[in-house]
Amino acid sequence: MTKPGNVARTVMLDGLQELIDALLGRGYTVFGPTVVDGVIDYRPITSVTQLPQGWGDVQDNASYRLRRRDDDAVFAFACGAQSAKPVLFPADELLWRARLGGAEPEIERAVDDKPAPPYAFLGLRSCDLAAIGIHDRVLSSRQFGDTHYALRREDTLIVAVTCTDPAGTCFCVSMDTGPVPRSGFDLAVTELYADGPHRFVVEAGTPRGEELLDQVASTAASDEDLVAAERVGAEAAARMGRVLDGTNLKDLLYDNTESPVWDDVASRCLRCTNCTLVCPTCFCTSITDASDLTGTTAERHRVWDSCFSEEYSYIHGGAVRESGRSRYRQWMTHKLAAWHDQFGSSGCVGCGRCITWCPAAIDITAEVAELRRLAEQRQRPQEARP
Amino acid sequence: MTIRSLTETLPEHPFFQGFDPAVIELLAGCARNIHLRPDELVFRTGEPAQHFYLIREGRIALQVPELSGGSSIIDTVEAGDVLGVSWLVPPYRWLFDARATVETRAVSFDAECLRAKCEADPAVGYAVLTRVAHIMHRRLEAARMRMLDVYGVRRA
Amino acid sequence: MTELLEATAQPTPDPPTPDPMVPRVFRVERTRQDTRDTYTLELSPLDGEPLRFAPGQFTMLQAWGIGEVPISISGDPHGSGLLEHTIRNVGNVTRALVHTSRGATVGVRGPFGTGWEVERGAGGDVVFIVGGIGLAPLRPAILHVVRHRDQYGRVVLLYGARTPDDILFAPDLEHWQDDCGIDVAVTVDNAPHSWRGRVGFVTSLIPRAGFDPLRTTAYVCGPEVMMRSSALALRDRGVAADRIRLSMERSMKCGIGLCGHCQLRELFLCVDGPVLGFDRLEPLMSRWEL
Ligand SMILES: Cc1cc2nc3c(=O)[nH]c(=O)nc-3n(C[C@H](O)[C@H](O)[C@H](O)COP(=O)(O)OP(=O)(O)OC[C@H]3O[C@@H](n4cnc5c(N)ncnc54)[C@H](O)[C@@H]3O)c2cc1C
Ligand code: SF4
Ligand code: SF4
Repeated sequence: MTKPGNVARTVMLDGLQELIDALLGRGYTVFGPTVVDGVIDYRPITSVTQLPQGWGDVQDNASYRLRRRDDDAVFAFACGAQSAKPVLFPADELLWRARLGGAEPEIERAVDDKPAPPYAFLGLRSCDLAAIGIHDRVLSSRQFGDTHYALRREDTLIVAVTCTDPAGTCFCVSMDTGPVPRSGFDLAVTELYADGPHRFVVEAGTPRGEELLDQVASTAASDEDLVAAERVGAEAAARMGRVLDGTNLKDLLYDNTESPVWDDVASRCLRCTNCTLVCPTCFCTSITDASDLTGTTAERHRVWDSCFSEEYSYIHGGAVRESGRSRYRQWMTHKLAAWHDQFGSSGCVGCGRCITWCPAAIDITAEVAELRRLAEQRQRPQEARP
Repeated sequence: MTIRSLTETLPEHPFFQGFDPAVIELLAGCARNIHLRPDELVFRTGEPAQHFYLIREGRIALQVPELSGGSSIIDTVEAGDVLGVSWLVPPYRWLFDARATVETRAVSFDAECLRAKCEADPAVGYAVLTRVAHIMHRRLEAARMRMLDVYGVRRA
Repeated sequence: MTELLEATAQPTPDPPTPDPMVPRVFRVERTRQDTRDTYTLELSPLDGEPLRFAPGQFTMLQAWGIGEVPISISGDPHGSGLLEHTIRNVGNVTRALVHTSRGATVGVRGPFGTGWEVERGAGGDVVFIVGGIGLAPLRPAILHVVRHRDQYGRVVLLYGARTPDDILFAPDLEHWQDDCGIDVAVTVDNAPHSWRGRVGFVTSLIPRAGFDPLRTTAYVCGPEVMMRSSALALRDRGVAADRIRLSMERSMKCGIGLCGHCQLRELFLCVDGPVLGFDRLEPLMSRWEL
């Protein structure tokens, strides 16, 4: 985390409150992790007491539960139920409204609904941070962009956090996105709770972050704190619950469109779209049109959509991807292969949410491994087969 | 137009391209030129298939009678095409009607004569058969495409 | 060659509006019924600013409160002012669009997508292979070639329709054949006894089209299976795969590469396409449900 020239500071829990206060004072809505409805999720907060202090999580295929920790850590959970996606790229966005009553329709753009106040994230995981980087590329670095996202994103301030206690579903190390945030943040925090007093090593990534850090009671981070911060990151990296072997992954997926793996997944997949809803990088959307009963106003919304639904690929007469196998294949191939061609990186950040929230316990890492196993088996000469 | 002999004109037809001139000469013995007026019937469904045709000019419609009494055109052949394969396959009966839609010139081969020459010399028979098979293959593909009704409005 | 390119340059397409998701309002000036189920709408922009486009581009056309669908522009790229769309009534939105009455308004976003780039075929032979409604998206390209006829070699248009009643733009076809030096061959899938023309699949017209494969550029538009078998037939005759251009159809919700619906593996067909070379498309078209 520490880069040369960056002066890291050590901050206590009170200092974290001062940070929240400073952000609120500057007009930010501060989204932080908090316990809601039995999960940890980002919500607007105003106090460190709303952070999930003493809570951890246990995540596995199709299962998520909170657990009581035996320490006071506030950020010692893996990833929450949702990423920053619902905040920066909401599930339902009004694009415009038209009044049709008069001779000529009057269209009123909704894009001026700029988020006032601007957003700040406190305690954003590195997987979620990487996902925002991916959304920046997808939604606002190409010829056409999502104007709503760009506006919301422009002023967003990010206080990222090092993951210290990854879950069984995590594999950010495989995807090279964590557990230590490396770029794209204004401030990065590493929580130290195992040895010595409960404290946070904080580092600024932007002048804006630096200036904010100056508002908070802190001391220069000692060498011991820096070493400890480095160590908790490295230890977390060594405790990943899953591995995704990325070797030649693009070719593997492009070349194995007819693998029996797809039929096997399809036989379990319910096409519930959970995986795409919780995935921090999935960005597919649809359009809904609505008009009032009298037909004098029409509204257009952009809503999240999923490649798992039949309507998604519908052209007149039928869906292009009618079978379940083709839909799961589309999702995984897009995420892990086509994304590289389209955006120069993987579309998966290794957060593991799709594994946790799949009711059918389908595991993207296991499916890749099986695809690879079968592909390699096919390549081996007949005699060598078991 | 000067009258040219069949041995001169036959090699120009795509069906005979690449054929040994001696074989063409041999088969020309079974052939004669014919001329069809618009709407003239070439043959009718169910009749014995006694001829094989190479179209030189014009167009012939292949049609099937419909229950309603009319008939609908299922295919057309024109200059460069051949008409009829039923002469090759027992029971040697036409499966559709053939009717010229415009002024048409063709070469008509006597089927029995042709079959005899094919049987007498397997090399000749094979050469003719592969050409016919190629044409049937292409027509089958086209028929499949049309069976899909690719331009139709598909209702889910 | 550069000079030639400049001489035949297309009008530059309009830059996108500040927010490409917000439509401009166009008024229906004229409607024309082309066939049993296909209509052409001529639209004028309320803001007075004509929509410039490249042949092959499409717009997202919207019936207020009902929905929005991708429709290619079918008018003359060098024409003056009116935006033409030829629409086949196949479902909810297209039904509403074809029945929009004169004077009423529709929403238009775009133009979007890649064009035919028909000017790049100059200096050689041109083959248009068309199936069904596919003549609408190709019409602007054909009109461009007609206008610059002397820059092209042999030009043929091979058109397959369902029945004689489904033949689109019949007056155009006649005019192109009689007055514009284009060899037009029409074939239908099924015809009544009275039909004097051809019956057969459109690929059967390729062998006798008489173009020089080595200097030919082909523009193919129609149902995907028809485009695929046409492209294979062209390639078998020696036309280079990258000179066989196809226009792909997929579900499109945004038209600007954001909604994800039109993806064909790594392609966003609304921005990388809809017109692409067969060299890019062949491996993707040969896999089922990709
Ligand atoms: C680049 C491009 C150019 C085109 N150019 C032309 C052209 O020039 N002329 C022309 O006639 N056509 C053209 N088309 C095809 C045209 O867009 C479709 O025919 C049109 O979208 C059909 O819309 P519809 O609502 O009338 O039909 P429907 O069959 O009712 O529905 C079509 C759309 O509605 C949505 N939809 C339908 N049912 C459902 C459901 N149950 N749930 C969710 N969504 C649903 C789908 O997203 C679908 O794409 C083009 C298509 C593309 C991609
Ligand atoms: S694919 Fe699964 S693990 Fe990867 S980013 Fe999406 S939800 Fe996370
Ligand atoms: S969450 Fe699981 S069951 Fe649901 S669509 Fe995704 S893979 Fe299929």
